[in-house]
Amino acid sequence: MYLLSQFGKYCLFIASMFRNREKFGVYVSRILDECMLIGIDSIFIVVIVSTFIGAVTALQTVYNLVSPLIPLTIVGVLVRDTTILELASTVICIVLCGKVGSNIAGGLGTMRITEQIDALEVMGINSASYLVLPKIIAALITFPMLVILASFLSIYGGYLSSTLSGLVTKSDYIYGIRSDFNPGNVRFSLVKSFVFAFLISSISAFQGYYTRGGALEVGQSSTKAVTNSCIAVLLADYLLAQLLL
Amino acid sequence: MIEVVDVSKTFGDKVVLDGINARFDDSNTSLIIGQSGHGKSVLLKCIVGLIQPDKGKVLYDGRDFISGDDDTKREIRREIGMLFQGNALFDSKDVEGNVMFPLDMLTSMSREEKLERVNFCLKRVGLENVNKRMPSEISGGMQKRVGIARAIVLNPKYLFCDEPNSGLDPLTAIKIDELIGEITDEYKITTIVVTHDMNSVMTIGEYILYIHRGRKLWQGTSQTITDTTSPELQEFIFANRLLRDANNQRAKTS
Ligand SMILES: Nc1ncnc2c1ncn2[C@@H]1O[C@H](COP(=O)(O)OP(=O)(O)OP(=O)(O)O)[C@@H](O)[C@H]1O
Ligand SMILES: [Mg+2]
Repeated sequence: MYLLSQFGKYCLFIASMFRNREKFGVYVSRILDECMLIGIDSIFIVVIVSTFIGAVTALQTVYNLVSPLIPLTIVGVLVRDTTILELASTVICIVLCGKVGSNIAGGLGTMRITEQIDALEVMGINSASYLVLPKIIAALITFPMLVILASFLSIYGGYLSSTLSGLVTKSDYIYGIRSDFNPGNVRFSLVKSFVFAFLISSISAFQGYYTRGGALEVGQSSTKAVTNSCIAVLLADYLLAQLLL
Repeated sequence: MIEVVDVSKTFGDKVVLDGINARFDDSNTSLIIGQSGHGKSVLLKCIVGLIQPDKGKVLYDGRDFISGDDDTKREIRREIGMLFQGNALFDSKDVEGNVMFPLDMLTSMSREEKLERVNFCLKRVGLENVNKRMPSEISGGMQKRVGIARAIVLNPKYLFCDEPNSGLDPLTAIKIDELIGEITDEYKITTIVVTHDMNSVMTIGEYILYIHRGRKLWQGTSQTITDTTSPELQEFIFANRLLRDANNQRAKTS
């Protein structure tokens, strides 16, 4: 029952962003600001995480290949497919849940308890639309880019670890990542990143926007934002895999 | 003129406001006073439309703000300036950005015009050369002034202040009170101030509404407030021993 009423409230919240919108120009500059906060500021963590994911996947694949009958080019194929299909999109988005989700919820929660949101409302500004819509759009723009970056870096990380350790030759790895390439996987990964971007930004914003109380509650809404959006991402991942693959 | 007609609000099963009636006149500073937690902020929020009352009406010069249509509401909103209990300055913007924000959002003035208006308002509240400072870098008293500047930047017809001098030293508090009083007279604004500071009551209170447990217990002017016979209000006014002694003294001599 509680879940259902929360879900209803969430839907109303999303709908309220499109009523009484502000001037178009206002959104453009807000979206650019948010792209900086959500996208550019996340590049560092995405670079680190995706490179290591790729590197470790490659090493573990080699470690598990005991049979001499399987060619080592399979390492490239495996790294490419697992990262594009699952690791670069889902794992990176879960990392972003932590970074972006807590940032959005914390920011909005603080604005709520210090009455900054009330101040916007008194001026007759649709605060949900003004504050949240640009965040969601910025996430929709930047997440797919981050996921593309992450896919590339994971494959590159795999290349580095397997060649530097001398386990796989450069040409074997390159041959691997170029064989049997299915472009549909990239499309799937991008669809996922769009869906995750929407879920993470809107759920975190919802948690932050309806914070009530004081500093303690702001912390709690950040935590809730991260847990709830993580769960939503994993559920959506499962559903999308069922539907699209 | 703002009229509050029979406004009630309940949170859960807690009655916070119970049938409040009041009339706040033009170019007057009206005060809402009362003890902590007795519903002053909730009443103010009902008046500015941040909280929807369960029943009752709020009329801005005859226009219904609670059940009016969206256009009327928007029109009234543009005429409201508000100073919040905790200032509510946007901490991502500097002082200038904060004061300019309503102009950016709600007018189509050019950048120069806006800057001129911002500087005029900042000067009016006694702040100069702080345009580029962030809210966290200025003192509480200065933050209040920035809050007032932001509230008056659109030339409001109605100004609301929730505890404008909480957390300030007595001298600064009086200066802020006087500033609010002056601005009210100067621009013929209908001003409503929520406070529990007796100093403000005596300095700027032209019309006073005393709220006790969500009910209106007394209304009148600062001249008549000390003559009250209501024990609750007496207790509130003379909580300060100095005032109580002075009053007793006065009673004895007369
Ligand atoms: N959103 C809310 N939900 C539930 N209860 C609330 C809400 N807002 C206020 N209350 C309750 O209403 C009562 C009156 O609160 P209000 O903020 O108006 O007090 P106040 O007179 O402004 O006090 P103070 O002088 O301390 O600011 C309090 O008991 C508070 O718990
Ligand atoms: Mg209050």
